[in-house]
Amino acid sequence: MNELQTILADSVNGLLSERVTRDLIQKAEDGVWPQALWNELEANGLTRVLAPEAQGGAGGTWADAAIVLKAAGRHVAPLPLAEAVLAHWLLAEAGIAAPDGVLTVMEGDFALAGGKLSGTAPRVPWGRHAAHGVALFGAEVVLAPLAGAAIGHDINVAREPRDAVTLKDVAVQSASVSLPKNALRLYGALIRACQMAGALDYLAEQTVAYANERTQFGKPIGKFQAIQQQLAVLATQAAAAGIAADHACASLNKGDATFEIAVAKIRADDASSIATSIAHQVHGAIGFTYEHGLHFATRRLWSWRAEFGAGTEWAESLGRETISRGADALWPYVTAR
Amino acid sequence: MQAFHFDLCELPGETKGLRDDVRAFLAKELANVPAVTRAQTWSGSDPEFSRKMGAKGWIAMTWPKKYGGHERSAFDRYVVLEEMLAAGAPVGAHWIGDRQSGPLLMRFGTEEQRQKILPRVAKGECYFCIGMSEPDSGSDLAATRTRAEKVEGGYKVNGTKLWTSGAHTAHYMIGLFRTHLDPQNKHAGLTQFLVDMKTTDGVTVRPIKDLAGKSHFNEVVFQDAFVPDEMMVGTEGGGWNQVTAELAFERSGPERYLSSFILMVEMIRQLEKEGGSRGAREIGRLVAHLVTLRQMSLSVAGMLDKGENPALEASVVKDLGAIFEQDMPVRAHELLGLEPTVGAGSDYEQVLGYLTQTTPSFSLRGGTREILRGIIARGLGLR
Repeated sequence: MNELQTILADSVNGLLSERVTRDLIQKAEDGVWPQALWNELEANGLTRVLAPEAQGGAGGTWADAAIVLKAAGRHVAPLPLAEAVLAHWLLAEAGIAAPDGVLTVMEGDFALAGGKLSGTAPRVPWGRHAAHGVALFGAEVVLAPLAGAAIGHDINVAREPRDAVTLKDVAVQSASVSLPKNALRLYGALIRACQMAGALDYLAEQTVAYANERTQFGKPIGKFQAIQQQLAVLATQAAAAGIAADHACASLNKGDATFEIAVAKIRADDASSIATSIAHQVHGAIGFTYEHGLHFATRRLWSWRAEFGAGTEWAESLGRETISRGADALWPYVTAR
Repeated sequence: MQAFHFDLCELPGETKGLRDDVRAFLAKELANVPAVTRAQTWSGSDPEFSRKMGAKGWIAMTWPKKYGGHERSAFDRYVVLEEMLAAGAPVGAHWIGDRQSGPLLMRFGTEEQRQKILPRVAKGECYFCIGMSEPDSGSDLAATRTRAEKVEGGYKVNGTKLWTSGAHTAHYMIGLFRTHLDPQNKHAGLTQFLVDMKTTDGVTVRPIKDLAGKSHFNEVVFQDAFVPDEMMVGTEGGGWNQVTAELAFERSGPERYLSSFILMVEMIRQLEKEGGSRGAREIGRLVAHLVTLRQMSLSVAGMLDKGENPALEASVVKDLGAIFEQDMPVRAHELLGLEPTVGAGSDYEQVLGYLTQTTPSFSLRGGTREILRGIIARGLGLR
C-alpha cells in the first residue's frame, strides 16, 4: 500500500468500526435503514472513491477501491457501499453526472427505447432504499430514478435487502461505453470478491481472538494443536482470497480483467466454504447463537459466494475457455496476464 | 493481527525477453522428452542439462559476479525457475545448490569456501544435498544426534542421515551435526558442516527405494568420518539459526505449487480431445487456484527481492501449494476415471501413474503440513 492508501484504509476502517455497531447491524436486519451512516459515507467521499475529481470523486484506482470494498465486507456494513462504488464508476465511465442519494446497481432484463427503460431486476441490493439504480442495456449505462418503481421486498440469508425492481417506461439518462459482456455480473462479482476477502480477514482475526480467550481443560483452546492447525488453514484461505481480489483490482486498472475477476470470485467462494466451517467449529455453540456476532460475517459469506455468479458458474466459463485455448496455451496465457 | 503480508508483486516488464529466451531454449531441449519424464521436474536430475543452464547464466543468477553469479534480480531468477518447472525441465541436479546451499554459503560460509565452491555451482557442475533428517529426527530437527566430535584439525563425525535427496550424485552435503549436547537446550550445540561426498572416508551412501521404485533419496552413514576445521559453515553451535534461515529459502519457491503442473496440462489435453465441455468446472477451479498461488508465490519473491524475511509467507504458500498439487491426481481421477499406468499407456495415464504415487511426499518434504501449520499458528500468535 502506498501512503495515500494507508490513509484511506485507516479512515474507512476507523469510520466503519466506530459506526457499524452491533446495534446498527441488528436494527438493519430488522429493516431500519442506517441513513446517518450513509450520509457520513457520502460526505467522506467513500461511495465515490472511483469517480473522477471533476465529479466530486476521489479519482481513485481499483486498488484504492479494493480498500473500501474490503472494509465494507470486514465491518459487515449493512448498506450498499460496494454497490454505490461500482455504480459511481459505471456512471463516470459513461460520463453521466452522478446524483446524490442512495445509489445501487440493478442486474436484470431491461429494454431501453426512446430514453425510457422497462424491465425487471430480480434481486437489487437495497432497492427499496435507493433513490437511483444503475443498469446496463447492451453497451448503454443507464441511470434510472426509482421513485416510481414497483418494488417487491426480499432479503438474502444475511437479511440484506434484495428487492425485485420493476420499471415501466421510466425516463432515464444513458450513454454507451465500451464494456465486456455481462459487465454488471462481472463487476458485481468483483465487488463481492473484495467484500468476501474483507469478511474472511475478519473471520480469521475474530476466530484467533476467540481461541485465545476461551478456556477449556485448563487452558485457552488456541493452545491445542488440533485448534491451531484449523486456524492456520482459516488464515491461509483468507490470505488467498485477499490476494486474488487485489490481483483482480490491479488487473482492471490495466484493462480487461474478466479472467482475474473470475479467478477472484472462485477463490473467494472456495475460501468462504472452508473458512466459515472452521470459524463456527472453533467458536462452538456460542457462535451458533444470534447473540454472538460471528454469523453477521458468515451469513454474508454464504450469500455473497452465490451472488453475481457462484464460483461454480465462473469456473465453468474459465474452464471452457482454458480447454478451448488448449493444453499448451495454459501456461503462456497465465504468465502473459 | 496482520500476521501475513501478501502484497501484490508485478514482474518487471524487462523479464519478458528473458522468458522468451528460456522458452525457446526449453522448446529445443525438451522436444523429445516424454511427459512422464517431464512430470519429475525438479526431482529429475540431468548434469548435462544443468551445465547447459549454467552456460546460459541461469544458475546463481542473483549471486555476485565474483562468485560466478550474474547479479540479476530476484525476478529474473523467478522467471527462469517457473518456466523450468512449468515445462518439466530436469533441474534437480543443481536445484538445491542454487536454491539454498549457495545462498547459505554466501551468508555464513568462509571466503575460502565461497571461492572454492560457488563458481562451480554457478556453472552447473557442483551439486548439493542436505543432511538434516535422521532416523529419530524428522520434523523434530533439534533431536539431531549425529555427532561431530572435536579432534586434531577437524571433527570426527558418527551417525546417520536419512531421506537425503541426491546424496548419490551430490559433491557436497551441508550436514547438521551435534557438536555439543545440552539436555536442557537441544537447539543449542548444533553446527553445520560442508562434507565432501566424493572424497571423505567413512561416508556410505545407501539408496532408499521409494514406493514408486525410484531411488531419489538415501541413507547416509558416517563412521569416524573426518571433516576438517575449514569445512565448518558459520559458527559452532549456530546451526539452528542458520538452518531456520535456510529453510525459508527451501520453502519459498514456485516448486512448492508447480510440482503437479504437467498433470494439469495433460488433463486439459485429454478434455480437449473429447471436444465437449466436460470437466470445464473442475479445470476452471484448478486454474483459479493456480493463478492465486502464482500471485502468492510472486509476492514472496518480491519480499526476497526487498531483502525481507518471508519465512511465514513461504510456509503459507507451501501449505496451500501442497494441497493444490495433491488435489490434482484426485480431481483427475474423479473427472476422467482412467487407470494410472506405469511404463505403458498414454502420456496422461503415465503422468497420472507417476504423480498418484509421488504426491504424498509433497506435504512431507521440506517441512510437513503439520509443522508448517504450526509455524503459521505461531505467526498468528497462538503459540
